[in-house]
Amino acid sequence: MNMNPQGETLPNNDSDVVVSVRIRVARNLAGFPFTGRASDTQRQEVLQMVTRAPLGGAFPDGLAWVNMNQASLQERQLLVERHLVSKHFAESALPRALGLGHNEELGVMVNEEDHLRIQSILPGFRLNEAFALARSFDQALEETVDFAFHQRWGYLTACPTNVGSGIRLGAMLHLPALRYSGEIERVKRAAKDLHLAVRGYYGEGTDAIGNFYQVSNQVTLGASEEELLQHFRDEVIPKLVDYERTARQMLLEKNRPLIEDKVYRARATLKVARLLGAEEATKLLSTLRFGIATGLLHNLSVERVEQLLLQVQPAHLAQLDPFAAEEEMGRLSRANLVRRSLGDYTEGSPEI
Amino acid sequence: MKCDHCDKPAVVHEVLIQNGKKIEMHLCAEHATAKGYILPTVPVTQILQQFAAAGKSIKAQKASAKRCEACGLTFAEFRQTGRFGCAGCYDSFMPSVAAIIERAQSGAVSHRGRTPKRIEGQADRAAIRRQLIKEIEAAVAAEQYERAASLQGRLHQLGLVQKPPTEPLP
Repeated sequence: MNMNPQGETLPNNDSDVVVSVRIRVARNLAGFPFTGRASDTQRQEVLQMVTRAPLGGAFPDGLAWVNMNQASLQERQLLVERHLVSKHFAESALPRALGLGHNEELGVMVNEEDHLRIQSILPGFRLNEAFALARSFDQALEETVDFAFHQRWGYLTACPTNVGSGIRLGAMLHLPALRYSGEIERVKRAAKDLHLAVRGYYGEGTDAIGNFYQVSNQVTLGASEEELLQHFRDEVIPKLVDYERTARQMLLEKNRPLIEDKVYRARATLKVARLLGAEEATKLLSTLRFGIATGLLHNLSVERVEQLLLQVQPAHLAQLDPFAAEEEMGRLSRANLVRRSLGDYTEGSPEI
Repeated sequence: MKCDHCDKPAVVHEVLIQNGKKIEMHLCAEHATAKGYILPTVPVTQILQQFAAAGKSIKAQKASAKRCEACGLTFAEFRQTGRFGCAGCYDSFMPSVAAIIERAQSGAVSHRGRTPKRIEGQADRAAIRRQLIKEIEAAVAAEQYERAASLQGRLHQLGLVQKPPTEPLP
């Protein structure tokens, strides 16, 4: 663990609001039915073709491939917690694999709903980099395999909501102030009008635990990849970031005690709790993140909180402490981890 | 079943639980109205609409039974899962596909992004042109002028029209 308690400040990349960005590219190999309709033999063929394809200079070492059917339940859960695979992919029984590259910044799911789901996830608002990384893999693979393409509809996908560019741009946003001020529903409606999907922490059909929301484009057809990127990067996300920052400022001006109470209670609880559930820990750490972003907490970094947010999730915890796989032990182990981790962290006493 | 109060057929059936006891009630139209159960009168327009819907559904049934030549998926199966079986489905289920995609994609009618290097300029342009013109005609007939203009734009973009039109579509 790389923990550096002193002199930590808020990093760039708008990480006070933007937790991470994700680019996801859907592709299918020409000549095969889509995954859901393919035979197991065809699925195996797809796997072989993708995992054995030479990738050229952009990926001199290739990718590290994980056979999902040989991965344990805990390992698969770990990948879900890192948002590297969808829940659906983790739980499926089909022949499928995950390719990892660039320090896990690139993940390639083979035999998801589409033959290929190329994902790049980066912390902070680094959309250009994520886009470039996903694209470099897309292009490297396209040198040797043929993707299903239609002159009118573009890149073909199993679901018509992904057709065209096949590109979905997403950002994980931390929107506590919009939630506290009750404006989140209004923002969600506005997002819908802008053809954006707003989802929870683990994507479709999940809750926004800790006020983390995944925002992504819903339209993939009719605009070039660059136009989609530009719109999302220069208009959509800055607008949402701006809403959240304004809401934070308003809350601090008008209801400072409420915010201070939430933040300092979260800090106190995390520093003394003996038993912590995953969801409770996520919520409290989210509040800590909010405290840093609003300047109420100084000697703690967003990265450190982010790291803890990952470590307190069940499969990550079980990896650090095998006994924690059992729920009650998990609560104990999680509280210990958080206390130890924040043990050296002190603030001047809160202003009274 | 007969009405509780006369021999006419019962049209209102109610089950009440009172003090833990189940009480069943069956009433004819007259007794139901007398007891304050107002029966909805069905307007003629609604009946006509139902007839029209029945007519449509025969058409819809035909569409549902349509099968993709390449993978064998039926349109009904697609409707159920929302997922196509293969690349061929996109052509097999025209023109329904165009309507579905446009709805799912906020009115976008065609791809404008990157094209794989290997197929640039290789596609059957004549077929695309025919299809687009067919759809423009259909859109104009349905008075969907915005859509027609958008499709027209696509024709130009693909260079499938020699001369730009001197006046916009009606």
